[in-house]
Amino acid sequence: MYVAVKGGEAAIRNAHRLLADRRRGDRSLPSLTLAQIAEQLSLACDRVMAEGSVYDRELAALAIKQARGDLIEAIFLLRAYRTTLPRFGYSVPIDTAAMHVERRVSATYKDLPGGQMLGPTFDYTHRLLDPSLGRDGDVEEPEIREGDDAKVMRVSDTLAQEGLIEDDGDVPGEEIGDITRTPMEFPMERDTRLQALARGDEGFLLALGYSTQRGYARTHPFVGEIRIGEVEVKLDVPELGFAVTLGRIQVTECQMVTQFAGSAKAPPQFTRGYGLVFGQSERKAMAMSLCDRALRASELGEDIVAPAQDQEFVISHSDNVQATGFVEHLKLPHYVDFLAELDLVRRMRGEHAARRDLQESMPEAAE
Amino acid sequence: MAAGAHIVEGGFADPVFASQSVFRAVMDAMARPGPVQAIDTDLRPPAPLNIAAAAVVLTLADADTPVWLGQDLARDDAVKGWLAFQTGAPLAGLPSEATFAIAANAAALPSLSSFALGTQEYPDRSTTLILQVETLTEGEALTLRGPGIKGSETVAPRPMPGHFDMQWRENNALYPRGIDIILAAPDAVACLPRTVRIGEGES
Amino acid sequence: MMESSETKTGNARQERLSALASASGADLLDLWARLGIDPACEMVRGPETGLVALRGRMGGGGAPFNFGEATVTRATVRLENGAVGHAIALGRDRRKAKLIAILDALAQEPEMEVKIETEIVAPLKAAMAARDEKRRAETAATKVDFFTMVRGED
Repeated sequence: MYVAVKGGEAAIRNAHRLLADRRRGDRSLPSLTLAQIAEQLSLACDRVMAEGSVYDRELAALAIKQARGDLIEAIFLLRAYRTTLPRFGYSVPIDTAAMHVERRVSATYKDLPGGQMLGPTFDYTHRLLDPSLGRDGDVEEPEIREGDDAKVMRVSDTLAQEGLIEDDGDVPGEEIGDITRTPMEFPMERDTRLQALARGDEGFLLALGYSTQRGYARTHPFVGEIRIGEVEVKLDVPELGFAVTLGRIQVTECQMVTQFAGSAKAPPQFTRGYGLVFGQSERKAMAMSLCDRALRASELGEDIVAPAQDQEFVISHSDNVQATGFVEHLKLPHYVDFLAELDLVRRMRGEHAARRDLQESMPEAAE
Repeated sequence: MAAGAHIVEGGFADPVFASQSVFRAVMDAMARPGPVQAIDTDLRPPAPLNIAAAAVVLTLADADTPVWLGQDLARDDAVKGWLAFQTGAPLAGLPSEATFAIAANAAALPSLSSFALGTQEYPDRSTTLILQVETLTEGEALTLRGPGIKGSETVAPRPMPGHFDMQWRENNALYPRGIDIILAAPDAVACLPRTVRIGEGES
Repeated sequence: MMESSETKTGNARQERLSALASASGADLLDLWARLGIDPACEMVRGPETGLVALRGRMGGGGAPFNFGEATVTRATVRLENGAVGHAIALGRDRRKAKLIAILDALAQEPEMEVKIETEIVAPLKAAMAARDEKRRAETAATKVDFFTMVRGED
């Protein structure tokens, strides 16, 4: 039974006012601008765009500012905003082979065409805190190297030339699934799984990817290639009769290569897991590709023995907006629910005590 | 440029309020089958698309709803271009792939069972047919019974597809699957949701 | 479904619209101001902001899948001479979308097309190419040059 209760309006209003005050913090300090957040906390913006599933750097910066830096709250804000917008159409699939590459590394081939380009990476830093960043020092301009424009070839194409690796990946049917339009059903095709993973929580996917490396669905992966850079977004515009470029977005792509012993259906070869994420989000793209590969277990005839291979487990729990909603709703008033449980526990205790008293009053019965 | 200029004209002058008022009319017509709901808009669709049918499709269709066009409409580039610009909806190749279908010629309409009929799990994934008619009051009277109707109601559309009574009984038999029909006279709509039974039968 | 009477001029127009959409709103406005014209126009649609679902391909070149959405803004204008112009670009810059639509409509007149190409599109393309080249050279400087070490045996 629900009993409607009213109250707390003034408390809520004042709480929001207090929140606004605490968000702003010390008024003697300058307020952060959205441009500062977008430029200097750019990887936070990337994460919010990726898991908020909307590419818009300025909106991501606004969400981060409003959420006081709580990224899941910021992701929630962006998801809520996207529901207010109409969808004009579907882009032509982006061409990551034509990427303006800012970073490309491979762990499988040292001398691959185009070379290993480290780009703006945290790798090889010593993870020592740099006190000089606490002051506003000058930062050097980047070094440049002219006259080097070798084509950045895909590692998977190199392996494919020898026939040692499976194709890029296909799904039956022509329709491209969309979890934002159609309720999820299991088993899920790879296209919708990838969509769910692309917006999935980085921490959750990272832990699952890690679990596959530690032996829960052992896959022995190698990074075939990670590339980060800008790609063009094109859209077929009906009133124009042709596709136009709408601008560019930055993405991170990871091709994880995994040894495969072969099955009745396929000879031994390398199989692949794929990761594609907004912005510079290398950890997420790698985790996504590990999870993608693990979730292909039944397609490849592997036994499902670990959580990372269980579609329903992984996909149903990967969305941090859903997860935070369900976990955090527990703090909302459950007074009546709890009252019912309280009654129940009291009654059970009464019965328990009565049984014990009965046993104590008839000691001979127990013998 | 002439064709290009044409397709951008004749849309809702105020898309938000116009589509809200059309949506209200369609919702009322669907909830209370029978009574005719007036459609009053400033739309100027290219012929043979009529104003009410155009208003309904501009209100309901978007990039996520494939639209199938009946013979007369599918042949007309002006209609196709206009709908593409005004709604962004892709054209469905087959009636069974359509979220919405628009037919200007009842005689050439394929059988109702050739449209998307939904599934047992998702009966909502069926086609809503927007059928253009000349009149909703001067054709042969259909007696309607079912949810949303107190006793019975009548609607008198003309022209209607061949063997419509029989086809509609077959559609009823699929429940909860089945198509819904929006009858669109130039200035008004009336609806035949899948729950409506037609004829003198039991109430 | 995508037929159009305008496919003949599609390539030049396509390239122009793409270059304009890829430019920053500020750069575009700057070049537009230098053009020194202000044609009367009627908004046929928009400028309005919505989303485009973005698609990638599994494995880079396989079956397509949706991997997120991006904000886009589109506009359609009609000039006094009846020319209709369209625009659609990533982001939420309504002024930029309107400006592109006006340029698209203006460029349907051959004389104006040349002016727009040389005074707006060409500088934007050059700026874009320079930015790409700078980034490419910066990335190239982080390329690893491997040295083979002397091996232990003999």
